[in-house]
Amino acid sequence: MRLPNWLHKFASPPHFYRIAARIEPWMLWSGLAAIAVGAFGGLLLAPPDYQQGDAYRIIYFHVPAAYLAMQLYALMAIGSAIGLIWRMKLAYAIAAAAAPVGLAFTGLALATGMLWGKPMWGAYWSWGDARLTSVLVMFFLYLGYMLLHASLEERSTADRAAGILAVVGVVNLPIIKFSVEWWSSLHQGPTISRLAAPAITWDMLWPLLVMVAGSVLFSMAVTLTRARAEVLLRERSARWVRDAAEACA
Amino acid sequence: MTPRRRRMVAVIGGLVCLAAAAALVLTAFEQNMLYFYTPTQIASGEAPEGRRLRVGGLVERGSVRRLSGALEVRFDVTDLDRSVTVAYAGVLPDLFREGQGVVAHGWLGADGLFEADEVLARHDENYMPPEVAEMLEEKGHPPDASLR
Repeated sequence: MRLPNWLHKFASPPHFYRIAARIEPWMLWSGLAAIAVGAFGGLLLAPPDYQQGDAYRIIYFHVPAAYLAMQLYALMAIGSAIGLIWRMKLAYAIAAAAAPVGLAFTGLALATGMLWGKPMWGAYWSWGDARLTSVLVMFFLYLGYMLLHASLEERSTADRAAGILAVVGVVNLPIIKFSVEWWSSLHQGPTISRLAAPAITWDMLWPLLVMVAGSVLFSMAVTLTRARAEVLLRERSARWVRDAAEACA
Repeated sequence: MTPRRRRMVAVIGGLVCLAAAAALVLTAFEQNMLYFYTPTQIASGEAPEGRRLRVGGLVERGSVRRLSGALEVRFDVTDLDRSVTVAYAGVLPDLFREGQGVVAHGWLGADGLFEADEVLARHDENYMPPEVAEMLEEKGHPPDASLR
């Protein structure tokens, strides 16, 4: 199976570099604006919960962080798979760029979850819960990917070795998603799902959706910036990079 | 087979094998993947004996009683079918109340009394403002914690 031609054109480093530089600021500023609106709505406008009071408001950070932690892992794994199969260098660069962003969001999801867990469950952490454990596994998969990538001198070897680890870790994604449905768990089930009406009232839901949308845009902007830096580093001896550097100087 | 197709088969085939292996491991450890047992599972003897385990369910309404002169509190955990009496001496979490989901960690005695050394509250996935909860209560649909 061949990749379509437009994808090959997009994947040429100078073309990607130019396109990414153009859409990045839009994503960054609209993302930050949405996060500001969502945080204001979630922290000030939304009513308190009937059981948890104001403590539930941590979901406005916890849910987007957990969602992005998984989405960025999928991006890293898809980039690595495209790199492994089609030997596309840009895909490897995007995977490498996404890893630290995903690691940061995974850390944020774990930290906010623990802060909420102490007052609500009565414990920061509980070993044995499938959701908590599988997200911690993802945290270490991200860390393993970055360490493996950094430890191998030859960039193409590093891309391939770390890429295989990223693809292997994909098995963990459905486990995270369905852990609260397959097994009894301490972590509650999904509040928002595609099949059922959301188990949350609209005045509490809209800031959450705005926060998720803003976080997606923000994380894409950060990933694109990192991917551009990665492309420059990898193509530093190419003609177009030298031309671009001279144009700047 | 072109080298590209060979690599694709390797990646997809590898992932399929890995998923199968993971599924087998998870099924084999099914019992250990359960965070808690329901009172019905305990009554039917599904829970392992002589081992620390967790029991989860709702705190039965009107069942919480404190023994005078002691820190110990006793309450029944129910799944609306069967129930287990839990004895616990310690600080209960803020969300602990009658009708609320809880998970108790401890030992099941021969007399059927569950001696817990840790009690965690289990929150459900429903979020609503207090007014909405009151309205539901008035209409006869109390927003009780679910069992899942």
